Amino acid sequence: MKWFEKTGVIIFLLGILVFTLVPFLGNYQMSQELVEQNTKEIHQERMAEILSPMYGQSYPSNFAFLGDFNRHFSAYNDSLKSNQLWDQVIWDDYSFALAKASVQSPSKENPWLWLGLSIGLAVLGGFLYNFRQHEEESPGIKNNGIFHSKLKNRGWLGMITGAYLILFYILLYWFPAYLVNLVWMVDPLSRILSGGPASQWFLYGFIYTLAILVMGLRMFRKYRGNKYQQLRTASVMFFQTAFAFLIPEILVLLNQPYFDFKNIWPLDYDFFYDYQLNTFLSSGGVGFFMLIWGILLIIVGVPVFTYFFGKRWYCSWVCGCGGLAETVGDPFRQLSDKSLKAWKYERWIIHGVLVLVNLMTLLTIVNYFSEFALLGNVTNQLHSFYGFAIGSAFAGVVGTGFYPFMGNRVWCRFGCPLAAYLGIVQRFKSRFRITTNGGQCISCGNCSTYCEMGIDVRWYAQRGQNIVRSSCVGCGVCSAVCPRGVLKLENDSEESRFEEFPILIGNDSIKIKS
Amino acid sequence: MPSKHIVILGNGISGITCARHLRKLDENLRITVISGESKYFFSRTALMYVAMGHMKFEHTQPYENWFWEKNRIELLQEWVETVDFTQKKLLFQSGNNLSYDQLILATGSKPNKFGWPGQDLEGVQGLYSKQDLEKFEENTTVAVQRAVIVGGGLIGIELAEMLAYKKIPVTFLVRESGFWNNVLPKEESELVGRHIREHHIDLRLETELKEILPDNDGRVRAVISSKGEEIPCQFVGLTAGVSPNVDFLKNSSLDVKRGIVVDEFFQTNIPDVFAIGDCAEFQKAPASDRRNIEQVWYTGRMHGETLAYSLVKGKISYQPGVWFNSAKFLDIEYQTYGSVPPEWKPEEFTSFYWEHSSGKVSFRMLMSQENKIVGVNNFGFRLRHEFFDKAIKEAWTGEKVIANLQKANFDPEFFAPYFREIQGAFQKEYGGNFTIGKKTFIQKLFGART
Repeated sequence: MKWFEKTGVIIFLLGILVFTLVPFLGNYQMSQELVEQNTKEIHQERMAEILSPMYGQSYPSNFAFLGDFNRHFSAYNDSLKSNQLWDQVIWDDYSFALAKASVQSPSKENPWLWLGLSIGLAVLGGFLYNFRQHEEESPGIKNNGIFHSKLKNRGWLGMITGAYLILFYILLYWFPAYLVNLVWMVDPLSRILSGGPASQWFLYGFIYTLAILVMGLRMFRKYRGNKYQQLRTASVMFFQTAFAFLIPEILVLLNQPYFDFKNIWPLDYDFFYDYQLNTFLSSGGVGFFMLIWGILLIIVGVPVFTYFFGKRWYCSWVCGCGGLAETVGDPFRQLSDKSLKAWKYERWIIHGVLVLVNLMTLLTIVNYFSEFALLGNVTNQLHSFYGFAIGSAFAGVVGTGFYPFMGNRVWCRFGCPLAAYLGIVQRFKSRFRITTNGGQCISCGNCSTYCEMGIDVRWYAQRGQNIVRSSCVGCGVCSAVCPRGVLKLENDSEESRFEEFPILIGNDSIKIKS
Repeated sequence: MPSKHIVILGNGISGITCARHLRKLDENLRITVISGESKYFFSRTALMYVAMGHMKFEHTQPYENWFWEKNRIELLQEWVETVDFTQKKLLFQSGNNLSYDQLILATGSKPNKFGWPGQDLEGVQGLYSKQDLEKFEENTTVAVQRAVIVGGGLIGIELAEMLAYKKIPVTFLVRESGFWNNVLPKEESELVGRHIREHHIDLRLETELKEILPDNDGRVRAVISSKGEEIPCQFVGLTAGVSPNVDFLKNSSLDVKRGIVVDEFFQTNIPDVFAIGDCAEFQKAPASDRRNIEQVWYTGRMHGETLAYSLVKGKISYQPGVWFNSAKFLDIEYQTYGSVPPEWKPEEFTSFYWEHSSGKVSFRMLMSQENKIVGVNNFGFRLRHEFFDKAIKEAWTGEKVIANLQKANFDPEFFAPYFREIQGAFQKEYGGNFTIGKKTFIQKLFGART
């Protein structure tokens, strides 16, 4: 490692350390005024009473504060529940809003400073480490030492990284009240972009975008000399920054609905939820456009683009989950399971999720247009189940937290219902395939090893057979790592796509079907 | 009850391809594959990637372990001591034995050793087998200040890359006046040579190994080159080619010269005994541009396919099609289609050669006196096998090949369209009635330049 790479690592780790410690800073003081400001009108009186024992006390940490908060709040709800007084139970979770309001901490007083010391240092360190990688080497495949790495081959560094990511996601999804100090750091930025205060989701979107940008830089360096890799990396960096992060915030600033124009149902599973539909239908022309745009993407965009280019147009060029997988996740792509068994599980699980999200959405829409006469609030239960199990646990905790254990596309491969939909189109009605170059395969296994979707590419390549698989996201890495120039991603006529009896070129003795 | 028991000795690409195709063609055979090297088939060409941490050894195995049982191909990990051809029986080093009805010898190669003094010292090795890879790990755990590689071929350069991964400086002794110039024409050989030096490998052309010197513990401490220079080193790689792995068959009734002598049906002089792959030596070369011993992955695979078909469906002879091969020299890929010898007489062939200004991308096409394509070499970019197989079989004119070169492109999307430059160069040299391919809209948009 060169000096600036070493410095980069140190600065990055410092940034991560500060980021990890920030949630524990400061102290918490609750008052009746704060409670009233941060609760719904119907709960104000009740909440003010429940939390009154906390007034005037100073809590030295988030654990102490939230411990006490939960004790009082649960005691109230539990007694109602045990008396079957369900309609009086407070189902809203005010812990995040109240913790955010009650905290007094350096990161709240000097948000820019602490943002710089945590996320800023991590980004700077990442930049320093990446920006001149492989400078003295000629362009080529940079996979040296991956399976000797403690990080990239499920070594102790990988375990720690995975555990850290999983912990972060659990806090983010289910215990965001512990992260309010971090949210305060990005509050001023949120006010600049959208005019409103930051939520944990703004914090997450900000980190997510920066991670894609810094690790995207790494991809540029790693794939110097490979235009395909560089262009698709630039594409995911652009779509994340502009479409997923900036535009929705700016829309809010302009008093329009928050909307990510590239997010497509059923990945965007709440697109047809009642509150979303209400937002679209009550926001005038812009809202209506968003609704039509979203529907057009589902029924026209997906089939047409996938017909011409394969599902890669979305999964490895546009999608945010794909963007993270292809940049931050790239060091872990080789950890996907290539066995036939894994493929069987994959097909059951991903199509199971597709069926589930269709059922849920159908019920939601029917219920919405019957004005909740049909099912009442049952769809809400379904939504919270799906949101918990699929939206949060599967896509977030497993999807990203398991990068260092199961590779970078766990969600995309086993879970994403949009990937399933794109995949069905790609498999049955598309011009996309990966062609194999005659008889040149030497079965070395680089292609299979580096396939993030766990496709046993070699199985096809050594038979001289086109690879037409629903899961292929067209990242192009199999083609890049092939030492004999055997694999090429192509859009061509549908006719020659499936070869039931592929023939390896070069042996005139017989025409054996391999 | 199996119809007969076919035993295949060797689980490399030839033996395994043969076993797979036997099973495909005949449900009833009993098939046993024997190898002492490893129980499961792996890709020998990928051993370097294991050493460099690109893959684990398991990744080099093209079939999952259940595959063999499912296809009823019995695997036996044994080393063969001798073959009793009269009793039709194999005797193993372990003392066990196995009877066969038909025997297929696919024992592969072993690294050449030319009787150099010190060639069996500690720290001196070839690179061929799984055991060689293990030995490489062992030999490079001790402090190695410098390694010397003897013999400039494909294995030599792989070994150099493996040593470079371990940050061990390499001196590369090559007998020829250019790297691999017994196969590559001068320009290509120079292109590769430059790239080797770019990787800080000390390439010494026209230099041979004279002697390997031991230290007090019987380890290598230096080599003496043919130029009399003593080069201190702690590792020596012997990669001066390979020869058939047939020592255990010599002094038997089997006809063995350099390899096991076979006819065009892979039949040896003993009935029911066949030989395929690297270890087989054809009585008569299979084609005018082929050698009697074919030591390439692809030919091994074809031998296996052909013999399997022959044994089940009735005798057919081995008729290889248009020659092709590929390799990778550090970061530069190489493909060849048809026949491009290292040297030719001007009255024999016309050669069109184009090299990119980077000095890392090149294209050569040899044409016959009638201007028909004979073969191509391409470095640093990818060309389509199917295209050239067809062009060469149908004896297209050089002009037709170049005019259609866009269709031969096999580089990933957005890569520089080298074919345009090649077409321009060809037109300048030979004229030709075709228009140079246009850049696509996307190529213009993203500035794909050659």
